[in-house]
Amino acid sequence: MSDVIVLRGRKVVGGRAAGEALVTYMTVPGWGGVNPIKGVITETRHDLRGVSFAGKVLVFRGAKGSSGWSAMYHTTRLAGTAPAALVFNEMTTKVALGAVVMRVPSVTDFDRDPLEVIETGDWVIVDGDCGTVEVQKKARAATLELDALPVRG
Amino acid sequence: MLTLTDDEKAMLDGRRGKATQKAMDLLVRYAEALGAERFLDTKNVAGVPGSANAFLQNYFKDKGGPAGDAIFSFFDLDADELVEAPQAVVHTCHLQGGADPLHWQTLGAREEIVRGHEAREAFAVSKGVEILKTCTPYLAGNVPAFGDHLAWMESSAVIYANSVLGARTNTEGRESTSAAMLTGKIPDWGLHRDEPRRGTHRVDVRIPIESVIDWGMLGYFTGDVVQEHIPVLAGGMRPPDIVRLKHFGAAASSSGGVEMYHLAGITPEAPDVETAFGGNVPVEVFEYGAAERQRVYEALNAGASDPAVDFVMLGCPHAALEQLREAAALLDGRAISGNTRLWIFTSRAVRTEADAAGYTQAIQAAGGVVMTDTCSAFAQAVPAGTKVAALDSAKQAHYLPAILGLQAWFGTTRDCIEAAITGRWNGTCPT
Repeated sequence: MSDVIVLRGRKVVGGRAAGEALVTYMTVPGWGGVNPIKGVITETRHDLRGVSFAGKVLVFRGAKGSSGWSAMYHTTRLAGTAPAALVFNEMTTKVALGAVVMRVPSVTDFDRDPLEVIETGDWVIVDGDCGTVEVQKKARAATLELDALPVRG
Repeated sequence: MLTLTDDEKAMLDGRRGKATQKAMDLLVRYAEALGAERFLDTKNVAGVPGSANAFLQNYFKDKGGPAGDAIFSFFDLDADELVEAPQAVVHTCHLQGGADPLHWQTLGAREEIVRGHEAREAFAVSKGVEILKTCTPYLAGNVPAFGDHLAWMESSAVIYANSVLGARTNTEGRESTSAAMLTGKIPDWGLHRDEPRRGTHRVDVRIPIESVIDWGMLGYFTGDVVQEHIPVLAGGMRPPDIVRLKHFGAAASSSGGVEMYHLAGITPEAPDVETAFGGNVPVEVFEYGAAERQRVYEALNAGASDPAVDFVMLGCPHAALEQLREAAALLDGRAISGNTRLWIFTSRAVRTEADAAGYTQAIQAAGGVVMTDTCSAFAQAVPAGTKVAALDSAKQAHYLPAILGLQAWFGTTRDCIEAAITGRWNGTCPT
């Protein structure tokens, strides 16, 4: 499809998943700023406060805050509220370990800034093993049969 | 491309037992995610091995085997099968967690959960883990030397170890520290290496920074502007004591993800600004003056409007002995308001010292409670009916309102103690 934008990056965690993008320019908090049981960010001044990330492709700058980051997002896997995939710019130990224990396809180190390309609501397919992210802009995605798109396998 | 030594391959192949294999497998996945090329040896781990909050206690109740082994296998090591953990192979301490063993009823903890914490602690002891139960291991018996490679959790302890002590650690997580405990290995990445420790951003401090709250607010500003980068602060600062450094780092690692900072002329890897940058050109330069201080103060007090204070919480990060002495002196001969509760959190080690000095008794005589192991944010525990809290820690002011939906005032220790005595908030921005 010519109207699919493909970003190329580096594998963090393998696997393939698709979902609606949830985008924030802010860094994402861990312990003390997220409710893993509900799958929502709770930090007072965060632009995603109260928004569920469950099943979404989370597109963000990087991780911040407490060393409880991995344990919180690990808990989202147990609670069934984990994001479907992670797309992020800045590598830290928090986000690396969190992605590993969430076991969701994750990619970083892109040829183009995903925050400039992907908007909340776009349909995104993350292939961790290939390090690629396919983006279908939401205006176009609405015209497609969503169930015809590949899902996480 | 990650390269393993023969020793590491032996662990990954299972030649050192199943649990060590699972630990090494997790570390390999983690190192590959980071893009690390090798592992380092560490002899100093600070984590929370085998601990469990109420959710995890409940979740792993029926997952097979003893609860301690199930939590450690499936959560700490992220393994898909139950393994029996051997003893820690390197010096490992347990950070904060659980409930105060004496005052858990004051905290409002359920007995079933407290018994669970006791069982988790017994599990850690059985694996050779030292029970410090504090976010300030450097005030309770684990003080690394310059250049030591650590695997530490707890953002406020990580930033202290890197910046103040010159030890080397990334902000590790629960799973990587538990894996390091069984292997003595941690990815050679980030702050273990020279180049990533150099300054990237400069903060020019234009006003005198003296009191604990001055340092806390400067830290909160710094974390907010540099996020996860490495600030070099210059000007305006007198050499701070441990308490000031503790509050500065805790704040910078809450508003941002700062894991290392340099105070020019003060911290060990920053004899001067140029050395701290190590050839880096500052990406950005920020100024911190009276206007910025005012903005930080207002941001930290933004959620508070009701001056009737129900609850005062001190000891974030856990109080040093001199902070308990200060609280005892401010409370001397006075009593806290009947409408207000005062809780002060510290480590077991420091409380023992405070008991010997009479500080604990003086605080209790005024109506306060000195507790260990946890804090309000960590335990999600405040006195019943609390709507308005007062805090002297920028870190706690960052987290507690978000976690428990409270109003929180932020001010000096003295403002907080006055609020405990009068039941009213009367703090002002320091000038």
